[in-house]
Amino acid sequence: MNAPNASGWKPGTPEAPAGESGIQTVTGNRGLMLEEPLIFEIGGADTCGVDFASPLPLAGGAIDTPSPNPSRRREGDRLGGLARTEPIGLPGLSEPETVRHYTRLSRQNYAIDCGIFPLGSCTMKHNPRLNEKVARMPGFADLHPLQPESTVQGALGVIDELARWLLALTGMHAVAMSPKAGAHGELCGILCIRAALEARGDARSVILVPESAHGTNPATAAFAGYAVENIPATAEGRVDLAALKARLSPDVAAVMITNPNTCGLFERDMKAISDAVHAAGALVYCDGANFNAIVGRVRPGDLGVDAMHINLHKTFSTPHGGGGPGSGPVVLSEALAPFAPLPFVRKTEGGWELIEEEDGIDAAPESFGRMTAFHGQMGMFTRALAYILSHGIDGLRQVSGDSVLNANYTLRSLDGVLDAPFGSTGPCMHEALFSDEGFAEGIATLDVAKALIDEGFHPMTMYFPLVVHGAMLVEPTECESKASLDQFILALRSIAMRAKAGDESLHQAPRLAPRRRLDETLAARKPVLAWNEADPVD
Amino acid sequence: MRYLPLTDADRSAMLDVIGAQSIDALFADVSPEHYLSGPLEGLPTHASEMAVERHMRRLSKMNLAAADAPFFLGAGAYRHHIPASVDHLIQRGEFLTSYTPYQPEIAQGTLQMLFEFQTQVARLFGCAVANASMYDGSTACWEAIAMAGRVTRRSKVLLSSGLHPHYVSTAKTMARFNGDEVNYSEPKLSPAGDFVELAQAVDGEIGSVVVQYPDILGRIDDMTALAEACHAAGALLVAVVTEPVALGALKSPGEMGADIVVGEGQALGVGLQFGGPYLGLFAIRDAKHVRQMPGRLCGETIDAEGKRGFVLTLSTREQHIRREKATSNICTNSGLCALAFSIHLTLLGEKGLRALAAENHRLACRAADRLAEVPGVEVLNEGFFNEFTVVVPGDARQLVRDLAEQGVLAGVSLGRLYPDGDRRENGLVVAVTETVTEEDIETLASALEEALA
Amino acid sequence: MPRYFTEDHEWIDIDGDSAKIGITDYAQEQLGDIVFVEVPAAGTQLAKGKEAAVVESVKAASDVFTPVSGTVTEGNAALEADPGLVNTAPESEGWFFKLTIADTGELDGLMDEGKYKDFVASL
Repeated sequence: MNAPNASGWKPGTPEAPAGESGIQTVTGNRGLMLEEPLIFEIGGADTCGVDFASPLPLAGGAIDTPSPNPSRRREGDRLGGLARTEPIGLPGLSEPETVRHYTRLSRQNYAIDCGIFPLGSCTMKHNPRLNEKVARMPGFADLHPLQPESTVQGALGVIDELARWLLALTGMHAVAMSPKAGAHGELCGILCIRAALEARGDARSVILVPESAHGTNPATAAFAGYAVENIPATAEGRVDLAALKARLSPDVAAVMITNPNTCGLFERDMKAISDAVHAAGALVYCDGANFNAIVGRVRPGDLGVDAMHINLHKTFSTPHGGGGPGSGPVVLSEALAPFAPLPFVRKTEGGWELIEEEDGIDAAPESFGRMTAFHGQMGMFTRALAYILSHGIDGLRQVSGDSVLNANYTLRSLDGVLDAPFGSTGPCMHEALFSDEGFAEGIATLDVAKALIDEGFHPMTMYFPLVVHGAMLVEPTECESKASLDQFILALRSIAMRAKAGDESLHQAPRLAPRRRLDETLAARKPVLAWNEADPVD
Repeated sequence: MRYLPLTDADRSAMLDVIGAQSIDALFADVSPEHYLSGPLEGLPTHASEMAVERHMRRLSKMNLAAADAPFFLGAGAYRHHIPASVDHLIQRGEFLTSYTPYQPEIAQGTLQMLFEFQTQVARLFGCAVANASMYDGSTACWEAIAMAGRVTRRSKVLLSSGLHPHYVSTAKTMARFNGDEVNYSEPKLSPAGDFVELAQAVDGEIGSVVVQYPDILGRIDDMTALAEACHAAGALLVAVVTEPVALGALKSPGEMGADIVVGEGQALGVGLQFGGPYLGLFAIRDAKHVRQMPGRLCGETIDAEGKRGFVLTLSTREQHIRREKATSNICTNSGLCALAFSIHLTLLGEKGLRALAAENHRLACRAADRLAEVPGVEVLNEGFFNEFTVVVPGDARQLVRDLAEQGVLAGVSLGRLYPDGDRRENGLVVAVTETVTEEDIETLASALEEALA
Repeated sequence: MPRYFTEDHEWIDIDGDSAKIGITDYAQEQLGDIVFVEVPAAGTQLAKGKEAAVVESVKAASDVFTPVSGTVTEGNAALEADPGLVNTAPESEGWFFKLTIADTGELDGLMDEGKYKDFVASL
């Protein structure tokens, strides 16, 4: 079998004596930490937290005025004989119960609003509330995507204004705004590449991806019909340019590079990589997840990139919302611009127009088609534009500067404490990478992460990238104060010392969170994915 | 700048610790010809909240919001009243600014919510298992087609003419790249859909048949016989629901034998938002296919002290582990929208959803009857839930534009959805939800009367 | 019944032209708790060194390769209900699949138990 478990991660649920985490209470609640049942255990079929407007009487007083033309009025069933006969099985709660339920649930979550959220490559920066206010302006929020263009000019204007900013910041030629998230944007970029190659009669079959790449990269390439091969890295954690050049041949369609890469390092040879790839007739896809490190300071267009997705929920602060929604616009080079998907917004004399399938025949004859219903994540566009306008170009430059400063400060403050495999190659970018080198036997990165929880922090990204054993990837973002960083570094230093000393109590962490370590093996062996009356209640 | 906490003193102290002269020095790996040493020219500098708000408000005022006009648009996005608590709850920082629950000990809020959401969706659809959401209905639809392809190992797909044209377009784009053969023709303006024809056409080469319920013209058809025909041929039936409120009044696709049920959850909790972010719903009738499902799944388990808890599970299907062999490349779900949907549905409950559906249908019947009285207007549908098609003399698309100028948002013309004409240009899809008043119906009818006179 | 091992941590028991294949104790230990195993169906043709089965733990999925070419006669049905057998009995009840060997010459080059133990020690 191939290398069993290359990352080194193994789950385990340590047995904990009951009541170890403290005092027993009758309710199971502990002060402000409240237990909360499922809605199915609280609500019922007869409870409802919504009142319905009674129909107001029309002129004449009758509530249900019959149509003046009786022959037009249909009798009986107009639901095609398909009226529901079985109950659905949905519980209802009154408004106070609903508000309590979700408030209590929310308090079991860590969030950026609570503290540093140092997840490498996720860019968990502050989510400004101005963004929320702007997104909710009725002229944006209460607009149907298929309204006549004359009634949505301001919305189209927002999309166009954001698009222009993204083009200016990346130095690229065109931008596809419709992809719904980063991975969707990756697919868009790869499909543009495929369409471009097919258009010149040169369909190729392989895409090269560094071993350190995010999993969406090979998944996307495979989904788009390509065979995926790895590009090795140098001892300095960057793409091995010589090895890449050796592999480039007429069967290679593209390379997918992340820059800065997932080890938190700037690819010094990026331009040379692009030049070599282009010379071989292939194209360069850049994963823009780490754009926060270089926004306002480096333009991917200057480095020869052909397509790059931008995660608006990373660099441009749109909220992560517990896992989504995201938004993944894709900037494109001149070579790929003609293949961009429909629909898109175009400036006209008097305003803006939306180019859909009908106009696409003339306006974008080589577009590879539509990727999704409607036009894109408008709710994220308004938020991102508000963020960009708030920062301005000087503020955005400061964003990348401070994010890189914070990461390097973290890296150097942990010198001699945690092993940094590439620490000696120079400064890192916006994230710092550590390994589990030096941990005592039996102590893993997982234990360090869980111990951080007890100290009041969300752990850093663990076991990614796969190329470093027990990887810990720390991205503070520019939104952490020095005091906040110092506190995090203090906690991490203490835990790292315990890890090196072989402190077994780390296996018991977390002890203070709403839940101890959860049995993921049980969840995978015997999946319970929906609530069932028959299931035993604990 | 108000979002950046570091002071110059901080920066200085930190650079000392690092041993660098300046922040620019930290970018030493960037070659000088590519490093922008100052702000890009021609772009505005930072702005106050007030200035940004003013700029954005000006743009928002250029639009005609649905609340400011009699509003009858549907066609895949529906306007319903969202109770006030929903928006407040989703803006709690612990929901809004939290991440994917990869550290379950400190994410039980998100995980329990997802488990409840999955259960609600599965029940609504008449299915065994639902996932933790996808980007939207159209991408959920093509993911369902891809899944059916994996399960049946067949690459031919039949799309009903009643499927939303954007969903068709999306499916065709994906098929172009993965080699699937997609069969589809645009809908005829008739009261009946094409389920009978589809049942006759399905054979041993078909991986999936995809239908919409209610369909793009608002028609409702029984898919039981079609499901049987699919199963007899070894194909899977995929049902698409773009208006989940309809399931408060109608039988679920799962009950009628659909194998994969997908949909757009935007109608509950999420709002119109000019097209996104929306909420993809994805469920399977039979749990045996669960390992072929795309997207995140939340499962129940216990913690080290034996307490019930929830975790993301069956992760080995996903991109971060399976990489090129993943069931999908999807990474994010539509978490915050799933939360909004779930809260709205919790407030409604069984009773409320049924009442809401009944009210929608009642008003739609009122509107259909009133519009049928307008000279020249013909209601196409025999059956419908809250959306139906009318046929007008002349170009419905121009009619919609003209009425918009008068401040009436009359519906979605078939000319907008199917630009290549063929008598469909006279069709207009009208949606009537509980947000529509009797007055609005009268305004629309009068406006049509005048325009068609 | 002779047993051989591969550098990819598969073991193979030979009985005439039949073989039984599984993964070693070292492999299961590295993987952690096994949650799911996908075994090949009877009748599947396998080529030496190619993927034959998939074994999943909570956070990893690994391909299992077949040490020899042949036709599958049986996949271990017990693993569906109890994938944990691979952890508790990897080199006995936790076997993956049986096949009819196409070419016994392919057995040359496989390690015996002693060589495999040395190999693991060197990792």
